[in-house]
Amino acid sequence: MKRNFLSRYSQLLVPLVAVLLIVVFNLIRDPGFFSIEVTQNNTGNTVLSGNLISILNGASELAVLAMGMTLVTAACGGQDISVGALAAIAGSVFVKVLKSGGEITGLSILLAFLACCAVAVIFGAFNGTLVAVFRIQPMIATLVLYTCGRSVAYWINGGATPTLTSPLITALGGFIPGIPVPTPILLVIVTGILFALTFRFTSLGIYTQSVGVNQRAARLNGINTVGIKLLTFMILGACCAISGVMAVSRLSLINHETILLEIEMDAILAVAIGGNALGGGKFRMSGSIIGAYAIQALTTTLYAMKVPSTAIKAYKALVIILIVVIGSPVVKQAFGRLTARWRAGKGGVQA
Amino acid sequence: MKKLIALVVSLVMLMTAAVALADVTVGIVNNPPSESGYREANVKDFESVFTAENGYTAKTYYSLKNDEQLAAAQQFITDGVDYLLISAAETTGWDAVLTSAKENGIKVFLFDRMIDIDDSLYEAAVVSDMAKEGETAVNWLLSLNKDEYNVIHIQGAMGSDAQLGRTGALDAQFESGAMKKVVQQTATWDEAEAKKIVESVINSGEPFNVIYAENDGMARGAVAALDEAGITHGVEGDVVIMGFDCNKWALRELLAGNWNYDGQCSPFQAQIISDMIKTLEEGGTLENKIVINEEKGFDAATITEADIDTYGLGE
Repeated sequence: MKRNFLSRYSQLLVPLVAVLLIVVFNLIRDPGFFSIEVTQNNTGNTVLSGNLISILNGASELAVLAMGMTLVTAACGGQDISVGALAAIAGSVFVKVLKSGGEITGLSILLAFLACCAVAVIFGAFNGTLVAVFRIQPMIATLVLYTCGRSVAYWINGGATPTLTSPLITALGGFIPGIPVPTPILLVIVTGILFALTFRFTSLGIYTQSVGVNQRAARLNGINTVGIKLLTFMILGACCAISGVMAVSRLSLINHETILLEIEMDAILAVAIGGNALGGGKFRMSGSIIGAYAIQALTTTLYAMKVPSTAIKAYKALVIILIVVIGSPVVKQAFGRLTARWRAGKGGVQA
Repeated sequence: MKKLIALVVSLVMLMTAAVALADVTVGIVNNPPSESGYREANVKDFESVFTAENGYTAKTYYSLKNDEQLAAAQQFITDGVDYLLISAAETTGWDAVLTSAKENGIKVFLFDRMIDIDDSLYEAAVVSDMAKEGETAVNWLLSLNKDEYNVIHIQGAMGSDAQLGRTGALDAQFESGAMKKVVQQTATWDEAEAKKIVESVINSGEPFNVIYAENDGMARGAVAALDEAGITHGVEGDVVIMGFDCNKWALRELLAGNWNYDGQCSPFQAQIISDMIKTLEEGGTLENKIVINEEKGFDAATITEADIDTYGLGE
């Protein structure tokens, strides 16, 4: 039973070890690093603050994108590199709709979100069509949107960096009065629950996996492989819309040049740290989510250590090499042989 | 038929009259307005000054690529413009084209950016001095006469002109010990990243009373972090907020007293060049080869609605 449990969750070992390493490192460096404080913000709400909250809050966009990216990776055996650009488009549509209407209300925010979601899903379907129907390698197919996405966002914004002024938007990107937890964290939880329910009550998970493991076998078993691939890209589109809206709401501003810049690389990395095969097949979404928080924890740690501006990427790369090598098949196998030998040795002594 | 001929003749006369009015032809080679908010304002400025009403026929070409700019400049020379106005994508490679301009009697003005060429190849250059922009801001900060300066310094993309200029003056203060560097970190112009950097300082509990962000967006991110932590800022607050670029929305923050200072690398060079062209046309000579564009800095205490309308970028 215990073996079974271990093997079922062994995939999560690497991302958890990565998080653990960062946590332990920080606790040694500064025992108070993860302390949470209760403060009052400038709008008079009682809110939680501290590095832990910063990490959970700051990784929200990445976590949502990593969820969608996991599905695309599993079904198509490749990655979507246009997620940052698509989130920029979605965020621009969100702002455009809100600015074209009158006063910003809960209803208008919902409508704007649905509009940007629809646009993002259409773009997702475009990517998906290139990959599923025309069988273009995902990275090349999404290179199109990666290249032109921010220009499209520029065009939607009319070349400016539009700003919004509404307490509702501030609440969406910050804190809802009366709730001490940042709203983006709540949105990630809601998205996670939606995915969990989808996997529980539909066959999306198992279908995605079988398409990724062996496309022909899946098709022979009556699975619509083209449809599944297309669907994963559309779901990723919706994820882009959610993270785009989150990023816009945080500062009530859309800057098509900088919003979620280079997040596609972090999203792919989160999937990799999560122990998912980048070539498709079996996947575990929780691994990618933990991977996303590990990446943000690393960034927050480097900021707290005041690593010089010019060196920050180099340090990040060093830690990432470490994590990825630990998770590599070669090291895993070597580790497996080592534990097997240790178990055998122990057995010998007992006999 | 006669009527038609009369019409054509009168049209031709009208056009000749128009040509006579717009007697100065300028070829403008610039970067495209989509490059940045700065460039957008820069292009608009040139479009509003070099108009038919002001006596100009303007031909424009926008590109981020040096070779395309060079080809366009060559085309303008062939077309026979009177003046060539250039903001080059790159500082090198312009010798041949500008020599050809000189041989054809076309006078060249450089704006916004310098080019590595011999002084004799251009009449004058109207350029921004990024280092001076930083100095103006830092001098303003020193004029506050605070007991101590604990500065959070959020930098732009490392190595860019704007970052180097805006960082230089502040670095000098850190070195002399007049100001204390709480943290100096790059957010590569990213608003959200700036917020994370300030959050990390707040979480560390280290005291600070100045945030020097190298553009408006990053200042906005920093302020969002302060707001969430319940730290007051601006004219009446504990923390001095400084930004750059003078977007209209940022200047409104100044007017509301939420921020303290906004510096600008002025995108407005067209009028200065137009004045110089007028001088040359009237047979005068230019006093200076290199004109440093006056850099503006706005103080929350003195800014007015009119300033926002005149100098603010964007909407």
